[in-house]
Amino acid sequence: MGLILEAKNINKHFYKPKDFHVLKDISFGIEAGEFVSIMGKSGSGKSTLLYILSTMDTDYSGSLFLNGGLITGKEHQELSRIRNKNIGFVFQFHYLLSEFSVLENVMLPAKKLAEKSYDEIEHDALEKLNMLHIGHLATKKASRISGGEKQRVAIARALINNPTILMGDEPTGNLDSFNAENVFQIFKQLKEEQALSLLVVTHDGDFAKRTDRIIQMEDGRIVHQ
Amino acid sequence: MINWKVILEIAKTHLVTKKKSTITATLGVTFGIGAYITLVSFMTGLNELLDDLILNQTPHIHIYNEIKPSEKQPITLIENLDGAFNVVHSVKPKQGQRKIHNALPILNYLRNDENVRGATPQLQVQIFYLSGSIELGGNLVGVDIMEEVRLSNIRDNIVEGSPEALKNSENGILLGAGLAKKMSLSVDDRVQVSTAEGNIFPLKIVGIYQSGIAEIDNIQSFAKLKTVQRVLGEAENYVTDINIKLFQISQAEQMANRLERQFDIEAVDINEANAQFETGSNIRNLITYAVSVTLLIVAGFGIYNILNMLIYEKMKDIAILKATGFSGRDVKYIFMSQAIIIGFIGGVLGLCIGFLLSKLIDGAPFETEALPTITTYPVNYKLGYYMIGFFFALLSTIIAGYLPSRKAGRIDPVQIIRGT
Repeated sequence: MGLILEAKNINKHFYKPKDFHVLKDISFGIEAGEFVSIMGKSGSGKSTLLYILSTMDTDYSGSLFLNGGLITGKEHQELSRIRNKNIGFVFQFHYLLSEFSVLENVMLPAKKLAEKSYDEIEHDALEKLNMLHIGHLATKKASRISGGEKQRVAIARALINNPTILMGDEPTGNLDSFNAENVFQIFKQLKEEQALSLLVVTHDGDFAKRTDRIIQMEDGRIVHQ
Repeated sequence: MINWKVILEIAKTHLVTKKKSTITATLGVTFGIGAYITLVSFMTGLNELLDDLILNQTPHIHIYNEIKPSEKQPITLIENLDGAFNVVHSVKPKQGQRKIHNALPILNYLRNDENVRGATPQLQVQIFYLSGSIELGGNLVGVDIMEEVRLSNIRDNIVEGSPEALKNSENGILLGAGLAKKMSLSVDDRVQVSTAEGNIFPLKIVGIYQSGIAEIDNIQSFAKLKTVQRVLGEAENYVTDINIKLFQISQAEQMANRLERQFDIEAVDINEANAQFETGSNIRNLITYAVSVTLLIVAGFGIYNILNMLIYEKMKDIAILKATGFSGRDVKYIFMSQAIIIGFIGGVLGLCIGFLLSKLIDGAPFETEALPTITTYPVNYKLGYYMIGFFFALLSTIIAGYLPSRKAGRIDPVQIIRGT
């Protein structure tokens, strides 16, 4: 199977407050249907790497390929579209739009993509919510559901456009063990049933151990994968 | 590719969930525009009133024979004194007649000119009004009354009686209001006038004329041209003044110059006669616009502040939108459309409030001796001002919304999400 995501010689510096070489020559790839976790101490550059891979951070050198195509150096407008269509993202702090209902939150990225009619999008969104066993929350305001539920809504939103890869920045970091386990099971299920590629940054050793591959980072370098 | 439907949906949700600040921002625009409309309507109404007061009483071009000394004294005609320095003492005005030479052909010529809306002959004469043994000095103006009605607002100034009554009476007079009061006369009474030569004529009062300018009302009366000619014992071509109204007031100066040369006559155009008057109008307009623009700038700052605050509150939302595939431009448009929606709604409400306030002012009683025909404050309901007001509302909100929106569009989602 080919590589879904490939990074070649990624280097990044922080210039403030002083020059700091965060990422040093990072090269690796993720295959289709692979569940990869990135581990490392705080400051090892793992989150920084994730945001470069997510196309949100464009201030780096090296090259990044998604589905075999080079995405380094593309216009912001285009990157937004790639992110919209191909990358699902789950954050540590759920980050739902609190003024919108759960269903609207899930539908938004698809409405932006505008490849389907609103009826189809609503149908898909409900399907994703049901798959994550939170269909009954659809009409609730995003600010009125629990933390574990929020994280599942965020996953549903990440999946709405059927992305090629799902990225998570410590998606279980802010959850209790029950909900964390729940999220892990969802990820595993997505990998097994839909052959989705997953890339998750985590502090949680137990979580990482059960993934297909662990990328260990230290001081801006990959020390083990 | 911009997906307006989603952008507007998000903008709407932001506005609806932040009702308080939305309403505050909208009211800022509403009051700005409302005040602008009220101010402009009232000020231009007042301007127009004052304009009319002067313009309608003043012909665009006034033709008359001026009494003045000859420019060339006889001595200049002596050839062998060329280049010499001549001094003539006690120069007297040239002996001449007051009437305009060839008045009727000139009138005819003017009436056939395509720029001229109308030309009316007048015969102004100094007379005395007799009231018992008292003689009141004044003047009597002989006019072609129906032409005057067509070309000026004289009908508004006839407070009792009518111009038709004058037209139908051979020896009628429209007596000045001040004169009528002084002599305790009213319509249907008779007044005797005496010419400078001492001929006395009884005239019947068919109406009272009140221009609102006391100096005029105390001395001036109107009668038919023929009546005055008869009082003076002059022929039908005896006319001292010709008043011309043009279609385009801007042509007055040029035409006055031409007529002066063509007919060897004195012709004064309205701008020459009322130069100070236009300055007043311009300054009033300037003040109106200065105040209005200030109001709108204040409203604009209100919008700027509120959008700025909104964007700080929505930092996380903006980061999420960007992370899930909305571009910087989309985010910018989301906030711009909020500003425009605020401007649109605030603008429309402002126009309504402005209209209602104008109505209120329009209905407020305003009675003054000086302006007999005016009973309420003058208000101008020109559609153009409403369009300018609405355009201003949108323009100020777009400018006020642009900077915060651009900032929102440039927010780096990574910084927000990582909390750095």
